[in-house]
Amino acid sequence: MHLLETGKLCVTIGNTRVCDALDVSIDAGDRWCILGRNGTGKTTLLHTLAGLRSALSGAITLQGQSLQQLPRKSIARRIGLLFQDHNDAFPASVMETVLSGRHPWMGPLQWEGEQDFAIAQAALRAVELDGMEQRIVTTLSGGERRRLGIACLLTQNPQLQLLDEPTNHLDLHHQISMLELLQRQTQRDNKALVFVMHDINLATRYCNRFLLLFGDGETAQGAASEVLTHTHLERLYRHPLQAVQGPQGTLWLPR
Amino acid sequence: MRTLILLALLLLALASLLTSLASGSVSVSWQELQSVLSGEGSELARQVILELRWPRAVAAFTTGALLSVAGTLMQVLVRNPLADPYVLGISGGAATGALLALLLGLGSLGLHSAAFCGALFSMLLVFSLSHGSGNWTTSRLLLTGVVIASGWGAVIGFLLALGPEQGLRGMLFWLMGDLSYASFPAFGLLVLATGLLLAIAFGRSLNVLTQGEQAASALGVSVTALHRGIYVLASLLAATAVTLAGSIGFVGLIVPHMLRLAGVRDHRLLLPAAALLGGSLLVSADTLARTLLAPHQLPVGVLTALVGVPLFLALLHHSHNVLGEAR
Repeated sequence: MHLLETGKLCVTIGNTRVCDALDVSIDAGDRWCILGRNGTGKTTLLHTLAGLRSALSGAITLQGQSLQQLPRKSIARRIGLLFQDHNDAFPASVMETVLSGRHPWMGPLQWEGEQDFAIAQAALRAVELDGMEQRIVTTLSGGERRRLGIACLLTQNPQLQLLDEPTNHLDLHHQISMLELLQRQTQRDNKALVFVMHDINLATRYCNRFLLLFGDGETAQGAASEVLTHTHLERLYRHPLQAVQGPQGTLWLPR
Repeated sequence: MRTLILLALLLLALASLLTSLASGSVSVSWQELQSVLSGEGSELARQVILELRWPRAVAAFTTGALLSVAGTLMQVLVRNPLADPYVLGISGGAATGALLALLLGLGSLGLHSAAFCGALFSMLLVFSLSHGSGNWTTSRLLLTGVVIASGWGAVIGFLLALGPEQGLRGMLFWLMGDLSYASFPAFGLLVLATGLLLAIAFGRSLNVLTQGEQAASALGVSVTALHRGIYVLASLLAATAVTLAGSIGFVGLIVPHMLRLAGVRDHRLLLPAAALLGGSLLVSADTLARTLLAPHQLPVGVLTALVGVPLFLALLHHSHNVLGEAR
């Protein structure tokens, strides 16, 4: 049984066809990257996979169960989503925000206990935000707020983690450390990752499966060697590219 | 920390209630108040305190608490810190009902029922109009509420223009919020207690909801159901408050902010704290309203606005966090 599986999935947004009859299966240990131009519906597809919006047609099953029939809480224990942007309308502390990741795991009237605080604290340490527990989130820098979002996802601890442009706002050091943290944790706990990313070279370094959205409903999927070809990538970005051999494999540079 | 805040607010509530019982045109000393509360005291003092001031003080407290809890909930619902309990046209609907009852010369029961029905009608109207094409977003809800509220404003102006000269004063007092006809609010207390307990039970979901609808949904909150629940609950609380004392402004807007600024952000604590602080503030405002220019009584809504406007501006001026602005 696959962790998440789509059958003949059709997703549209406005006049854009994101995918036509997409069959994709995500298994434990997979690290997927969704690539595509701006506005091809990468975020829309990610939200559809998380059950936040409905598809035009087709099925999504989570461990054999239809995603549509599952209660939100049950989905939230298995699928987590890092949004592209954070939207803080009210002041909240860093600790309060990261603790919200425990929400799906707690009973309706339950208060956060020592164990929840320990999990939250460990997540803050993992993203190098320990010591900032009492800071108000609206006073954080963009990169700090981004890492807080990742910490919240770690606290939620789902088997399938969907991350919409996780490296947004992050400096070079934190781009690498966050992606390595996610990769390490995925391998250790037998989880799965789906990234939406624009940096092909970071993607090839951390992902083992690729899904290309061409913007007309057509898609291509597979390992890097199968789908990351000159033809595909130039069609994908409508920009000439050059492959360069680097120390860790092929690097793609825009001409 | 939690218990400390609640304890302090509880003391504040007690102090405001006792001050309200002791002050007025017939001055009552603390000893006299003590003896009346323990079941003794002179006939006059007993009558003034138990039959006049006590019901009015409790009505003021209940109204303030209802408005503050409703305001807190509305702010979370529309994710806008500037929302108040009336943002969805509740007060306009209630005022229209009340003015119609005054025009028709109905008694106090008729007035209260008409106000309550008007508030509920407005709530259903806003709900169905913002729900129309199936896409229920909070921004559409907010806009529909604002438009309907100004529609009620026009109806109220029309009714005031039609109204007889001698009835105008009573109508204006009602529009500004007035507690002088308040009786012991058994129904209001019941609504307050039930609503508060219900809201606190969903407190953790409300905390998550402040991060946004989609984020809350991804964290396992059934956002649509929760939205509808908050909508109905906050509307009922606001409708009950308006029925008790007319449209009293600012309490429901500033009390949640004062508490958030003081660091109370968890809704499981914020909601009961808002009830206590809002109740105390309105009791104090009402005490001032009936003693400041005695024997004249001011509408309490005028006082809350007079105190509320500078207080809110000061809060805005001194804090960058109140609106969640980035630094």
